[in-house]
Amino acid sequence: MNTAGYVSWFLALLLSPLLLGIINRTKAFFAGRRGAPLVQAYFDCWKLLQKGAVYSRTTTWVFVSGPVVGLAAVSAAAALVPLGSIGAPVSFAGDLILFAYLLGLMRFFTVVAALDTGSSFEGMGASREVWFSALAEPALLLGLAVLARETKSLSLSGMIFALTGEVWTRSGIILLLLAVALFIVLLAENARIPVDDPNTHLELTMIHEVMVLDHSGPDFGFILYGAALKLWVLSAILVGLVVPVRTGNPWLDGAAVLVGIMAVAVLVGIVESCMARLRLVRVPQLLVGAGAFSTLALILALR
Amino acid sequence: MAIATMVLGGLAALGARRPCLATRLGSGGVILGSLIGLVPAIRVLASGSAEAVSYTWSVPYGSFAVGIDPLSAFFLLPVLGISALAALYGTEYLTPYYGKYSVRGHWFFYSLLVASMSMVLVARNAVLFLVAWELMSVASFFLVTFEHHKESVRDAGWTYLVATHVGAAFLLAFFVLLGNEVGSFDFDRICAFGVPTSAGVLFLLSVVGFGAKAGFLPLHVWLPEAHPAAPSHVSALMSGVMIKTGIYGILRALTFLGPPSPWWGYLLVAIGLTSGIMGVLFALAQHDLKRLLAYHSVENIGIIALGLGVGVIGAGIGSPALIVLGLSGGLLHVLNHAIFKSLLFLGAGSVFHGTGTREIDLLGGLLKRLPWTGVTFLIGAAAICGLPPLNGFVSEFLIYLGAFRGGAVNDAAVVGTLSAVIAGLALIGGLAAACFAKAFGIIFLGEPRSDLSRTHEAGWAMRLPMGVLAAGCVLIGLLAPLALRLMAPVVAQLAPLARNVVRAELMTAAQPLAVVARGACGLLAMIGALALLRRRLLARRTIGEGVTWDCGYAQPSPRMQYTASSFAQPLTDFFRIFLWTERRISRPSGLFPRSAALHTFTPDTYREKLYAPVFRGVVWGLSRLRWLQHGRVQLYMLYIAVALMALIVWKLG
Repeated sequence: MNTAGYVSWFLALLLSPLLLGIINRTKAFFAGRRGAPLVQAYFDCWKLLQKGAVYSRTTTWVFVSGPVVGLAAVSAAAALVPLGSIGAPVSFAGDLILFAYLLGLMRFFTVVAALDTGSSFEGMGASREVWFSALAEPALLLGLAVLARETKSLSLSGMIFALTGEVWTRSGIILLLLAVALFIVLLAENARIPVDDPNTHLELTMIHEVMVLDHSGPDFGFILYGAALKLWVLSAILVGLVVPVRTGNPWLDGAAVLVGIMAVAVLVGIVESCMARLRLVRVPQLLVGAGAFSTLALILALR
Repeated sequence: MAIATMVLGGLAALGARRPCLATRLGSGGVILGSLIGLVPAIRVLASGSAEAVSYTWSVPYGSFAVGIDPLSAFFLLPVLGISALAALYGTEYLTPYYGKYSVRGHWFFYSLLVASMSMVLVARNAVLFLVAWELMSVASFFLVTFEHHKESVRDAGWTYLVATHVGAAFLLAFFVLLGNEVGSFDFDRICAFGVPTSAGVLFLLSVVGFGAKAGFLPLHVWLPEAHPAAPSHVSALMSGVMIKTGIYGILRALTFLGPPSPWWGYLLVAIGLTSGIMGVLFALAQHDLKRLLAYHSVENIGIIALGLGVGVIGAGIGSPALIVLGLSGGLLHVLNHAIFKSLLFLGAGSVFHGTGTREIDLLGGLLKRLPWTGVTFLIGAAAICGLPPLNGFVSEFLIYLGAFRGGAVNDAAVVGTLSAVIAGLALIGGLAAACFAKAFGIIFLGEPRSDLSRTHEAGWAMRLPMGVLAAGCVLIGLLAPLALRLMAPVVAQLAPLARNVVRAELMTAAQPLAVVARGACGLLAMIGALALLRRRLLARRTIGEGVTWDCGYAQPSPRMQYTASSFAQPLTDFFRIFLWTERRISRPSGLFPRSAALHTFTPDTYREKLYAPVFRGVVWGLSRLRWLQHGRVQLYMLYIAVALMALIVWKLG
């Protein structure tokens, strides 16, 4: 347990909705619009928490448990993610496995909650979600395994702490490959373009959004906030990997990572502005590509 | 004594005239016997020392040597525990069959199966072991063919009988070779002998022989046939427990063969990866719930093999951490799989009992009608996907941790293999989640897809075992460090390490598990807090009810729901090079198409492409010899005379 680490958890819980605002602002900038306020996601969450809800007569308690378990799981996962050299509140050998499987728990409950509505559209989204995540999972864990080998540490905090500039000069190409793989996984896991379009309103083409079509009120608020948190935790790992600022002062390093996470949000916004969504049958190729990057990094690490 | 009780109960059941009484006697015998048997098993695990008894026996080379060491004791736990629970379940499950099929025979063979499985685990002599092994196969054959009026059931039984005997043939070769070299068939003497010269060949023989029982790919073909055919509590017993005797056999063989070579580990990992990935892929493509579960047994046996492989690789390179993590992960997965797979099979049985069908695409919305089955099935499903905070996660975590630990060594082959383990486990986990989201979601959620108005929940005798098993999933998940301590003597017996090294390594492994367990409690607390927050928020608000939003369709019908086939179609399509799914499509035609249909069917590739040609070849070859057999007695006399003459000439010449 690491008391200072609670700061990184707290910041994650506090600041994650900001990322959605940054992405939207970036997209607005590229489209020449003014865009919604940066804190729009906070407003949305707050508004949703104030509302009543509508439930389908088809649904059971599983439908309600989806957002609750999902948010709890991703909050627990956030407790394992460090902010640069401000470690995480909880870190132990193998916490990265727990991290991956907590996200898996969140996904499983989102999927069964979607199936609970009996809607064919939500079934479609659920089916795509499990399809893509089954391919993203090996890329993520293999990438983390290479990282563990390079840094000789088995916990996320330990790994990120050990990723100094010196490691980058020694094995920069490996880390670069991993960063690409992780970025693809991040886009896929958070249902972002080019995998999924969070803004579209055509149920047929969506993945994450279509799965939560029937949720409303506080449930939907939980989902929105959980999604933001998921984006934050994956960004924090990615930035911990690519920003090797280790000054010795954890707060300075933490600030660098914070800036980096905002930069990832900008980058996601840029990607969303410059690209169209891929055809669904092309998405697996992208994810297998991420797996290939991880494997290539492994081969290079084995030299 | 426990075994005697079971056999007596079984015999009594056979003698009883009324099926009701037979059920009581048979299941009572099994339950009582299991309880008696659990006592020494737990005592051995707690103390870590072995107990043994030996009698002389009139069978050549045989002696009636039995003993319980930690390895036997560990496997006895699921065998006895699950048998008792499944027997209780069976008392209610079988009631619709009274008068139609022989319930007396069923209970006789059921107790025989449990008794012979226990015998396999405690036998300390190769002849006794093989006799018990054979008895186990035959007893389970009769259990599989319970509904023998159905042709599909007879076919399944036949496949099972062939597969199990092919496996047994390899075991016979294994023990003959080993006994020949050692000069004794007693396990103690074999263990004390040291390293046999043909250890590699022996290892291969044991992997094929025991692997056929365990369900290693491509020896798994009997599993998806036999499990759906058998009554559900028997499938639970066979899939949850009996196939583990194969794993037990491989472990026992490892104790005979001295220090393992590294390639044994690579072989086990390769088997684990193919069984795991192909098993879950085939499972995804199935429409029959019990067939789906049967393929998941192949997958989980693959995960167990991965764990053992990691351990054996560790022994090959001399890394205590790898040995302990791999072995304990694999062993714990044996126990975990026994728990959640039996739970799922009992749940499937309850669905069949309540609705009369196992066809996933005909079900739906059962959670409202079978609430108890639904909750326990969800727990089992989440556990088998390896999701925290349940037991499946703990064992997979140990295997992962072993693979991650080994990633630091400077040997490209080892690191490459272990990375394949990590990627493979991740892929298996993702696909399993997909498969069980499908199974649970389509069966229990949404609206019924056919008329299920007569559906009813099972009685207490069926619900209680499911509840106990579900509680087991949660408890092992939350008390993982304790479970690990229980396994210390088992790992110490298997690992070529000093006892204190094993203990130290297990302590290091238990540390992260303790954090995981605390994290799991934290997670549950967080779920509770959020649920409470949600309730508070909604307390004084309007809560509407309506139909599911289906993009403005005026009349949504249950037939519009996503089906299991459509849910899995992208995945089965993506992996079609492995699956060879057959489809029959009738396309819509004309301006106002009346009907359109798509049927998919995924046969077992190995059965169709590997075994069917081989067995056709065998039949063809044997039919060439038919001219020898005319049915004329005179001709047979001639054969005998010729044979005798040939023998005399050979002896004298």
